[in-house]
Amino acid sequence: MTKSELIEVLAKQQPHLALKDVEQVVKCILEQMSQSLASGDRIEIRGFGSFSLHYRPPRMGRNPKTGGSVALSSKHVPHFKPGKELRERVDESREKYPITE
Amino acid sequence: MALTKADFSEKLFDELGLNKREAKDLVELFFEEIKESLERGEEVKLSGFGKFELRDKTSRPGRNPKTGEEVAITARRVVTFRSGQKLKARVEAYAGVQ
Repeated sequence: MTKSELIEVLAKQQPHLALKDVEQVVKCILEQMSQSLASGDRIEIRGFGSFSLHYRPPRMGRNPKTGGSVALSSKHVPHFKPGKELRERVDESREKYPITE
Repeated sequence: MALTKADFSEKLFDELGLNKREAKDLVELFFEEIKESLERGEEVKLSGFGKFELRDKTSRPGRNPKTGEEVAITARRVVTFRSGQKLKARVEAYAGVQ
């Protein structure tokens, strides 16, 4: 499922809203999530999961083209931990459905 | 402070002028539809944000960390998240203390 497919599914369930409005809703939620993580704040959605930042210490990396080493500074990367309900639902249906894009 | 569902509805109310009921329903539905898709084995790709992927794991031996006792970890399907380029770049810039 892609973002536009998600928008369509939501619009079908909220027939009083225009597709454009639902598009705004989805963008607004995703932007708020990105902004929260970008400022170092966690996201906690009961039943779905939580997003937090993980710290990566500085390291020496390599330029794959020249082979020369480059110093990479420390950074944070987003991390998602699925919630109990999501974990259980996904696992329970694994024999019923193959994994698809 | 962690962001929760209530914050999303609040924002939809403030910024898009949805009424509180609609805003709350849409936030619920948003996460429910993603869960349903993953439940059907369908991965979810939200461009600019990231991708929720699925992985089937085979069973493997494990240990109870408390007792040290050997127990089998059963085969299972798990959800993983891979952040998109845009989100990665925005988060990388964060230098504060967690």
